[in-house]
Amino acid sequence: MIPAKFDYIKASSVSEAVDLLDKHGFDAKILSGGHSLIPAMKLRLNRPEVLIDISGISGMDSITEEGGEIVIGANCTHHDIATSKLVNDDLNILAQTAKAIGDIQVRNRGTLGGSLAHADPAADYPATVLACDATVVAEGKKGQRSIPISDFFQGIFTTALEDDEIITSIRFPKVKNGNYQKFFQSASRFAVVGVAVVKSGNEVKVGITGVADTPYRAKGVENAYNGSADAADHAVDNVEVMSDHFADVEYRSHLAKVMTKRALEA
Amino acid sequence: MGKFVGKAVKRREDARFLKGAGTYTDDIKLPKMAHTAFVRSPYAHANVLSIDIEEAKNEPGVIAIYTGNDACGEFGVPCGWQVDFKNGETMREPAHPLLTKDKIRHVGEAVAIVVAETLEQARDAAEMVMVDYEELLAVTDPKQAMEAGAPLVHDQWEDNAAFDWCIGNDRAEVEAALESAHHVTEMEYRNHRVAPNAIEPRSYIADYDVNADKWTLYTSTQNPHLIRLLLCAFVLGIPEHKVRVVSKDVGGGFGSKIYHYTEEALLTWISREIGRPVKWTSDRSEAFMTDAHGRDHVVKSKMGFDKDGKIVAHLTDEYCAMGAYLSTFAPAVPTYLHGTLFQGVYTTPLIHLNVIAPFTHTVVVDAYRGAGRPEATYLLERIISKAAKEMGMDPAEIRFKNFIPPFDGVEEAGYQTQVALQYDSGDYHGVLERGLEMLGYEDFRKEQAKAREYGKLLGVGFSSYIEGCGIAPSAVVGALGARAGLYEVGHVRVQPTGKVSVFTGAHSHGQGHETVFAQFVADKLGIEMDDVEIEHGDTDQVAFGMGTYGSRSLAVGGSAIIKSIDKILEKGAKIAAHKLEAAEEDLEYAEGKWTVKGTDKSISFGDVSLTAYVPHDYPEGLEPGLDFSSFYDPSNFTYPFGTHIAVVEVDSDTGKVDVKRFIACDDVGNVMNPMIVDGQIHGGVVQGIGQALLEEVVFDEAGQMINASYMDYAMPRADDIPMIETDRTVTPCPHNPLGVKGAGEAGCIGSTPAVVNAVVDALAHLGVTDIQMPVTPQRVWKAMQN
Repeated sequence: MIPAKFDYIKASSVSEAVDLLDKHGFDAKILSGGHSLIPAMKLRLNRPEVLIDISGISGMDSITEEGGEIVIGANCTHHDIATSKLVNDDLNILAQTAKAIGDIQVRNRGTLGGSLAHADPAADYPATVLACDATVVAEGKKGQRSIPISDFFQGIFTTALEDDEIITSIRFPKVKNGNYQKFFQSASRFAVVGVAVVKSGNEVKVGITGVADTPYRAKGVENAYNGSADAADHAVDNVEVMSDHFADVEYRSHLAKVMTKRALEA
Repeated sequence: MGKFVGKAVKRREDARFLKGAGTYTDDIKLPKMAHTAFVRSPYAHANVLSIDIEEAKNEPGVIAIYTGNDACGEFGVPCGWQVDFKNGETMREPAHPLLTKDKIRHVGEAVAIVVAETLEQARDAAEMVMVDYEELLAVTDPKQAMEAGAPLVHDQWEDNAAFDWCIGNDRAEVEAALESAHHVTEMEYRNHRVAPNAIEPRSYIADYDVNADKWTLYTSTQNPHLIRLLLCAFVLGIPEHKVRVVSKDVGGGFGSKIYHYTEEALLTWISREIGRPVKWTSDRSEAFMTDAHGRDHVVKSKMGFDKDGKIVAHLTDEYCAMGAYLSTFAPAVPTYLHGTLFQGVYTTPLIHLNVIAPFTHTVVVDAYRGAGRPEATYLLERIISKAAKEMGMDPAEIRFKNFIPPFDGVEEAGYQTQVALQYDSGDYHGVLERGLEMLGYEDFRKEQAKAREYGKLLGVGFSSYIEGCGIAPSAVVGALGARAGLYEVGHVRVQPTGKVSVFTGAHSHGQGHETVFAQFVADKLGIEMDDVEIEHGDTDQVAFGMGTYGSRSLAVGGSAIIKSIDKILEKGAKIAAHKLEAAEEDLEYAEGKWTVKGTDKSISFGDVSLTAYVPHDYPEGLEPGLDFSSFYDPSNFTYPFGTHIAVVEVDSDTGKVDVKRFIACDDVGNVMNPMIVDGQIHGGVVQGIGQALLEEVVFDEAGQMINASYMDYAMPRADDIPMIETDRTVTPCPHNPLGVKGAGEAGCIGSTPAVVNAVVDALAHLGVTDIQMPVTPQRVWKAMQN
């Protein structure tokens, strides 16, 4: 449990962090909460030569309302999100999701930006950011850009971020009626299946994590929904479902439908 | 007995443990101490073609690198228990080298060790050691290991069996009784493999002092004296009096720290080679790969009943994995700690168990909390519950019908089983009756029926266990293949001021001996607990000891201390009589003083102690001093028993099991400290629930453990467990002075089948009769679909 040797640089601004990323390229990794990166480094599964710590950059840990949107700094911890009045009032589904992550120690360290950039297929947030139609704001050498969440997740541990880009914030529309349902993996407490449902009128948006190697919007459910939770039967339509020793394809598919139904009924 | 025994005295050791001020082996930092990292095989079965250490040797900070080609390669760790084949063939006992030079037999087997100035340097250099392997086919399942053509773990034998053993009545007789039985219930399942997961990983420091030509080995073991004996006499061939083994604070063992491991012998050897102290502490990944695992029995069983539901015969065949080598106690676990409990708490007249113990391409399997008895209890309690369902009987009723009647072992004789042992005392009805009362059984059945109408799945499961502990009479275990005695040593040194130092060969690694032992010593001497200190875990302090496992500390270790206290009181009475100018027989000892009966003439324990060390006015011919050491060899095992009851709710959509209630009514004989007994029961129950619902070592085809981290190996957490409801009956042990039986493993032995029985009960109306452990949501859901 001793990582390989690495250099550590604490960045004081986003532009400094971007410059460092640009300079070190593949040899560098961004450190935020470190809850996925550090364990992987201790097992020497991941051995960056340079860690660029962005946790001290000012202005990246605020939760504000801007132009009718909720803007959450990438360095906000799960605890910040779970306990924010603004999030609880106007984006409650994200608070629900944050509360379902890990335990109090994990929630005190892990960050929203870090989780999204890492893109673990069993992470919780992806389901919710998809269902909320959030926007990822990233900054790189070419400047700042907004990435629609529908374009963001590209595969297992793979995102639309360029090599020199870091996430600075995530913008959410206000969500009145949303629900996150999670079936916990018994060891890690990651999601075997996590389903986020955002309702407005007779329309639903459904984000699902843990089921496929990339989190997805369950279009089959959304199209079939007419007010009845039976639409949950379409939760894994056209999806290549993952399998492991906690849940094989058949059981995981079933769980996806059950959790979707529960989220639709909530 | 006095003012401390039977009271929930708070644990004195917690003052340091709760403040993080304990001294575990890894906390010890010696001057000039070197650090180590192992190069371990990533393959389960492979030939080592070459080992290249040249590049690694030149890495910064490297002091030395050793492989199996160095002198240490000649040594190997021995097995402590011999179980021969039923046909008379001797147990197959392979060499277990400290470092492997040719053949890899499990993932994690050590090929080389790097010694460096810092741990980081050792780890970095270890990555530079180049080993060329030729991977071979592996077998990890004990039944498959015995199939024709299975890859051989040890090439020198024609198959993988370490031994093939049986116990009980004649097999043909048992088979005939099953043929003619009114009803036969059958089960086939796996009592799956679990990893021990002590919170403190194994850690060793060996320190060779060249000037004194002596070693000190600091080791996180349950068993310091036995480690020293094995290390000196069997592995390294160094004189025992030249080695001190220190094992003070140890953070849990659950069996896994009983055994003599290759790493501690290797470090002892290296320390002399380099003339410096040297440390190794396992990390969690290494712990999963190299700590002895538990369980892993493949079971096929039949139990026959008459028309009234009385058991007439029981026949079981098992394949029990040994792993790649024979660990210290491994052969005893599925045999003498397992088959001897097949009587259970029932009057079964005919019993036969056959055990084939194969080598497998896995880390070794050895005793894990309960050691053989949980596996026996799981079988008996699952099959009798299954039989009740098949015969339309109530699961409590079938147990009452088959219980051995109560016996106290004093007025009534002990109960002679069909499987070698004689139970000491028991009242098996009593604990089930009390358990049913705690549960509110009738009300529960009504609630269950009502819940089913609403689609809610509730179930209740029973387990009436017995276990054998307080191990053990040396002559008995010797006849059964043990290569050691199983007595214990208790040394009581009264200081001149009347303060008392107790040195015990039992070892505390979480049990609370420093508190419990002080309670009964203080009461027996009529002094304050503060005047008693308990020392353990240092071979230079304690004359000898057999360590702690098998719930033996109080029953055996406590009894040895009592023997020494008796000697002190006997000698003290002589001194007191002299000082009081009275006859010894006219004295009585109470509340810390000797009094001449019927008078107010008395002398305190402290004054007698001082007189013993300042013997100016002293009985003629009597030696000075007040210091006695005793060996206690028990006349029998002890047999705690109890009833565990689980109430579960199964989520009908997902199959997830929620344990709603857990009731444990145990009988561990006399209780010294009810809080500590409750704590032991709680911990054991949680471990048992862990096996039932969550924990499982899973290997892939190639022999890799695919869940060797806490991301994938599911340990029970607080929110998996309900408040545990405990109660006790008290049936004293008739053959030891404290009347105690042992409580360390009972929770883990009784709980597992209660939980699985409850899940099966919840799903019984769906036609579910059995579910393989651990009863994961996926397995439950699949069972519900069929």
